[in-house]
Amino acid sequence: MALAIKVNGTMQSVDVDNDAPLLWVLRDALGLAGTKFGCGVAQCGACTVFVDGKPMRSCTLPISALGTREVTTIEGVSGREAEAVQQAWIARDVPQCGYCQSGQVMSAVALLKQIKQPSDRDIDLAMNGNVCRCATYARIRAAIHDAARALEG
Amino acid sequence: MMRAQAFLAAGVAAVTVLVAAAVAQTTRQPTAKDLRPVPSFQNIADQQARSIALFEEAGKVLQHARCVNCHPATERPLQSDAMRPHQPLVVRGADGHGVPGMTCNTCHHAANFDAARVPGHPQWHLAPASMAWEGRTLGEICAQIKDPNRNGGKDMAALLHHMAEDTLVGWGWAPGPGREPAPGTQAAFGGLLRAWADAGAHCPPS
Repeated sequence: MALAIKVNGTMQSVDVDNDAPLLWVLRDALGLAGTKFGCGVAQCGACTVFVDGKPMRSCTLPISALGTREVTTIEGVSGREAEAVQQAWIARDVPQCGYCQSGQVMSAVALLKQIKQPSDRDIDLAMNGNVCRCATYARIRAAIHDAARALEG
Repeated sequence: MMRAQAFLAAGVAAVTVLVAAAVAQTTRQPTAKDLRPVPSFQNIADQQARSIALFEEAGKVLQHARCVNCHPATERPLQSDAMRPHQPLVVRGADGHGVPGMTCNTCHHAANFDAARVPGHPQWHLAPASMAWEGRTLGEICAQIKDPNRNGGKDMAALLHHMAEDTLVGWGWAPGPGREPAPGTQAAFGGLLRAWADAGAHCPPS
C-alpha cells in the first residue's frame, strides 16, 4: 500500500503493508534507525516517538492507523526541552550501552513539555515504561531535574 | 471391493461426525460463558426477586476480568484473565487516561493490535475511582452503578445506554486473542440490565 506520511516535518512516500508497525516503516522504509526495536509489544519504550507531539510506542501502531498525524523521531526532535535534555544527558553521562536512550530522551522531552518542574514521582510515572537494561534510572531522573532547572533559568 | 468398502466406511464415519456436531450444536447446554435470556426469568413471580436474579446474571459480566481490569480498586489497572497488576506500572491520573508522559494511548491505540496482543480502542481509559469494582460484592457494585454521585452523573437511561451501547464496554466481547471475552453478548447484557431496571432495579443484599 502506497502511503504519504509526514515525518520530522517532511512528507515521505512509503510502500508498505497496511499492518506494518510504524517502527519498521521508520527504520526499514525511511532509514531512520535512531528509533529502536526492543520488545515489539509496548513493554520497553525503546521505540518511543511523538505522534502529533504525544509520545507513542511505534512498535504497536500499524501504519494504517497513523492517518494524517505527524511523526517526530529522535532524529527530528527539537525545541527548548529537547536541547535541555540533550545537554543534561551529556553533562550527566547518562547512557551506558545506549540502546534504550532514544526512547528515554523522547519520553523525557514529552514529560518536560507538560510538566515544567516534575517531581520524582512525576518522573517515575512518566518514565517507568522505558526500560534500561543498564539500570541508568538514577542518572536519568537526575538529568531530567537538571534539564528542568535549565529550562527555568 | 475392499477399497470400495473402505471408502464407504470412511464416508459413513464422516457423516456421523457431522451429524453429531450438528446435534451438539442444536442441543448445546448453556455454559458459564453464556447469559440466560431475559424470558427465562419470567417464572420468578416476585418482582424484587426477579430484579435481583436479573442483576446477578448481568453480574457475570460486571465481575469478569474484561470489566474489572479497568475498574480496579487502586490507581493501577489490572490485565489478563488472571487480573494481574498492569505491566508496566501505569496509573489512572486525573481524568482516567493516565499521567503526563504515560497516558493510556502511549501504548493502546485505536484498535487491538493482535500481532503484539496489545488491546486498543479510541477511548481506552480507566473508570473513575468511585466506580472501582475489584473486590466488591455484586450488591456493592449494584449500589455504585445506580448512584449518580459515583457513576459519573448517569441517570438510569444513561446508565443502560452506557452498558448496552458504549463501544468501549463492547470491547469486552471482542478483546482479541489471548483474552477471554465477557460472557454472552453486549446486547444480551444490555437486555438483562434493562429488564432489571424495569423490575425495579433492586440490588442483591450483599
